[in-house]
Amino acid sequence: MLWVCMHLSDFSLQLWLQGLRDPGPAVITTGGNRPEVLSCNPPARSHGIAPGMTVSAAVALAPDLIQRPRDLVAEQHALERVAAWAGQFTSRLSLAQPDALLLEIQGSLRLFNGLRSLLLHLSAGLSDLGYTATIATAPTSTGARLLARAGMNSTVTEIARLEPMLAGLPLILLDQPEETTHMLAVMGVHTIGECRALPRDGLARRFGQSLVDELDRALDQLPDPRKPYLPPTRYTARLVLPAPVYETEPLLFATKRLVMELAGFLRMKQAGITKLKLTLHHEDSKPTIVKLGFAVPSRDPQRILTLLRERLSGLELHGFKLPDRVEAITLVSEETRPLGSRNLSLFPEDRLPEEQRWLIIEHLRARLGVDAVYSIASHPDHRPELSWRVCEPGRNDLEGREAASPRRSSSTAAPPDSLSTAAPPCSSSTAPPPRSSSTAPPLWLLETPRRLQILDDAPALDGPLTLLTGPERIESGWWDGNDVGRDYFIAEDTSGTRCWIFREHNSTSWYLQGLFS
Amino acid sequence: MPLDLVLQNPAIWRGDQYAKVAVESVPTGFVELDKQLPGGGWPQAALTEILTNQRGIGELRLLAPALVRLSHEEKWIVLVAPPHLPYAPGFESLGLNLARMVLVRTKSDAESLWAAERCLRSGSCAAVLAWTGAGSQQTIRRMQLAAEEGKGFGVVFGPTRNAALPSPAPLRIQLTADREKLQLQIIKRRGGGWAAPLSLNVNRSQRNRIERAATNIPGIYATPTRPSPRLHRLRQGLA
Repeated sequence: MLWVCMHLSDFSLQLWLQGLRDPGPAVITTGGNRPEVLSCNPPARSHGIAPGMTVSAAVALAPDLIQRPRDLVAEQHALERVAAWAGQFTSRLSLAQPDALLLEIQGSLRLFNGLRSLLLHLSAGLSDLGYTATIATAPTSTGARLLARAGMNSTVTEIARLEPMLAGLPLILLDQPEETTHMLAVMGVHTIGECRALPRDGLARRFGQSLVDELDRALDQLPDPRKPYLPPTRYTARLVLPAPVYETEPLLFATKRLVMELAGFLRMKQAGITKLKLTLHHEDSKPTIVKLGFAVPSRDPQRILTLLRERLSGLELHGFKLPDRVEAITLVSEETRPLGSRNLSLFPEDRLPEEQRWLIIEHLRARLGVDAVYSIASHPDHRPELSWRVCEPGRNDLEGREAASPRRSSSTAAPPDSLSTAAPPCSSSTAPPPRSSSTAPPLWLLETPRRLQILDDAPALDGPLTLLTGPERIESGWWDGNDVGRDYFIAEDTSGTRCWIFREHNSTSWYLQGLFS
Repeated sequence: MPLDLVLQNPAIWRGDQYAKVAVESVPTGFVELDKQLPGGGWPQAALTEILTNQRGIGELRLLAPALVRLSHEEKWIVLVAPPHLPYAPGFESLGLNLARMVLVRTKSDAESLWAAERCLRSGSCAAVLAWTGAGSQQTIRRMQLAAEEGKGFGVVFGPTRNAALPSPAPLRIQLTADREKLQLQIIKRRGGGWAAPLSLNVNRSQRNRIERAATNIPGIYATPTRPSPRLHRLRQGLA
């Protein structure tokens, strides 16, 4: 067995500053009436602030100091999210509260091309999440944790090498009560090596069995069972921003951290996301909700981020203003679908990957709205305004095929005789529209038929219209309330534009419905 | 020496010649037009400007053969801000694969330009037709660059008055309608040279005129300039 321990030192501080690009001086405090500094970041340290200092003293040193009391619950959630993200590296992982994660990676070495490459993946991934961690590798989980807590980024693969390394570590790193380590220190025992040199039975009698056991576990002399981490079914993350923001860019920077986590979670689940919800929490107003849909499931963080960027800047473009500054964001994976990995082809492909093709559709939709990007399919109906349907892009080859095939066959076959064009309503769903074979339908349709002026008793559109062909009688729809009785003509105006016009049976008014182009 | 032989001398350059350029292109479906275009068709990976003041004179049918061909490949054909609703049975009757056609509705010219540029750049659109209104020289240039990058066939429709203005689009065509035919004038093309005006039959509608169709309906005329007594009869006949 080979264990990797990721120790996130000052986890509360890291978590809080995760969403900020260049944080200024910041401290985590104990809270309460007389708060003290628990941990501080490098800019704060350069001002002379140190842990243990009172917050009032720290503010005196750095007036622009931002501070926040420690939030244990948020830390626990964040640690679980990091665990879910790390699930892409191994299925055997365990939380080591409050600020460390243990991964058993023996089984994943081959997949990631060896230990070195896996560790590189881990540290690069963590820095994408906005964390810095001490990553130590050891044959036992307790050993790895001790090394990581000591701040040693060391890689030890054999017990024999682990023993001398652990011997020099201070006892304070052990999971023992403070009295124990204090008492041992008073006795002049400071390191693990010195402690192990003491007689075992006496040590156990004085300080309890747990101390002896922990030392044994570290060196694989006792089994070291760990509670496995069970990943959640959906990803939910809330990130409190260190400073409320109004602009898109810093917002996206913070969102990126969560999206990277989400991508790891999806990889662990072998799933792709189809619906995503981003909630922007404001101080005083109702939260703004941004929902994203994906045509093809994806777990590519760049793709998700591009869409989010498009969406957020699209909101601005439409004059939508965030009601207030954003102080926290929540990202929820609403719907995921299984997504296997794609096999690479032996030869270079020039085919466009399916996912790539959908990217542009999602892109346009993110900015212009879902309804603004659509496709059309023909629908078997005699009335022009009802003979087409809006449908999902690329999806109309399914429903459109049955609708389209009878028409195609009819246009190649003999023209239907005039009697059969008056199809009874019950069979209208399969009947081809009444196109005599010589008439090509127009390419443009007006949203609503435009009433034409009557000039010298003839229809006119910016000048008189010349009727070219007609009439083609369409009498349909008496069964569904949209009764039409029209005679269609093809006409040409003075400028040469061909129009599709009709005259209603029961009136003398003429309408323009389409353009031939 | 006969004139033809003299003209074959490579030192002589005629005004209507243009340099043949190897540009990736898709056949227009009209032989006369293909002959006039460098590369023998609509240039792919470039922007084409179509200038006309009249809508519906056949500009779509001019592009249709190329669009039909492209629609049977896997990339999208995008119509950005079309002036009217595209009529599905009409496009289908041309043989266009509607599953590849995507329509984009926009609220402003700025949005249309953005969408057209984005589509051209994406590399997953075979053709992008944009009715973008007044596009400035700068926006046309952006679209041209996007088309080069994404290897898409970009078409922008504009008014005839733009013909006088310079434009970065490598191919510019002015369209006018003339009774049966569509008049084409290539204003600009790669390789230069003057192009003779073309008259194409783009099959704007069928050819059988009213004279034939209206024999069973009394009083419908081929021309509106007939005297009014007969028009009066027309109304009576229809009413």
